[in-house]
Amino acid sequence: MSSVAEKEVVSGPPHVHHMDSNTAYHAAKLGMWLFLATEILLFGVLFTSFAIYRYEFMDDFQRAALQLDWKLGGLNTLILIFSSFTAALAVDAAQHGNNKRVSKLILVTIACGLIFLGIKYIEYSHKAHLGLFPTFDLGEWSFFGIDFGYVKLFPCPEGAEFCWNSAEFSRDFKMYFGLYYSMTMLHALHVIIGMGLLIWVWTKSRKNRFSSEYYTPVEVGALYWHLVDLIWIYLFPLLYLVD
Amino acid sequence: MSSNEHTEHHLGHIVPFKVYLNIFIALIVLTVVTVLVSQTVDLGKWNILLAMIIATAKALLVILYFMHLKFEDVLTWVYAIFPVALLILLMGGIFIDNPLRMDIQPAEVTDTLPELIAAQEAKQ
Repeated sequence: MSSVAEKEVVSGPPHVHHMDSNTAYHAAKLGMWLFLATEILLFGVLFTSFAIYRYEFMDDFQRAALQLDWKLGGLNTLILIFSSFTAALAVDAAQHGNNKRVSKLILVTIACGLIFLGIKYIEYSHKAHLGLFPTFDLGEWSFFGIDFGYVKLFPCPEGAEFCWNSAEFSRDFKMYFGLYYSMTMLHALHVIIGMGLLIWVWTKSRKNRFSSEYYTPVEVGALYWHLVDLIWIYLFPLLYLVD
Repeated sequence: MSSNEHTEHHLGHIVPFKVYLNIFIALIVLTVVTVLVSQTVDLGKWNILLAMIIATAKALLVILYFMHLKFEDVLTWVYAIFPVALLILLMGGIFIDNPLRMDIQPAEVTDTLPELIAAQEAKQ
């Protein structure tokens, strides 16, 4: 009995001294699930606000949704689903102790995240071009004697179809795009954080750190990445399709 | 590292590649279905419900298989269900309250307030 336990401690990761590898693995994974629970509540509040205002301003929300390109949104959905697939396969590779395969699959996952952000950038810049981006009218500004004049962040472009601060731009439209930017930007932030986590996992896999007895970072990083995918699975039909 | 999965002890559950592939294909198919349904089926205000049912089916596939929840212990299930239950409580409460609430327009109240006060004073 004791020899088995000792062997497990010896075969565990070098930096975990106070727990056997099995306990450390399950504790870390449970901690990640708890963190994901808080993330679901964070996004859940935004989803709830969206539901309330969609109910209140049904017609304008449907008109506003038509300004979004469902093809780009759909392409991003497919990319994130594929990246979730490769992240799940990376965990599988780690479970078999195949570090080379882990690093390849993690790289593909990170690349998918980059493509996702690129498409998101194209979408945002197209909206800015249409005049659908919020204009921040800050008025006259001077700071420590330096005069900045009249400050206007993201003014509407010349000849744009819409203009955020114009009288025709209804409150309901502002509500839709306000929620659209809050939700997709918070999601994009999660994509960036997830990519950071995966880069950390990738450097570890390059150093052959993972084995069937120790692959907690791969598992935990993949769990976070799946959450990013999960949120987008709901965002895509809500924002792009329901019109 | 031995690839014999039956004798070797693993920390987590090993899922066969075929399962991952099937889930991936199912997710792609459901994405196509949700786009097609949004363009062909017109259920009026129930469209959103249909879209959310498909999204939930996709989410369940990701959670159960990609995130291995199917093979986790009871405590992990509690952690996974708890936030969802709270969200249902929040949304359920709001959607019982919101449609049934009387429309009180703040403008109307303030417009008629001086008259109400005058009427009250006249009574006294």
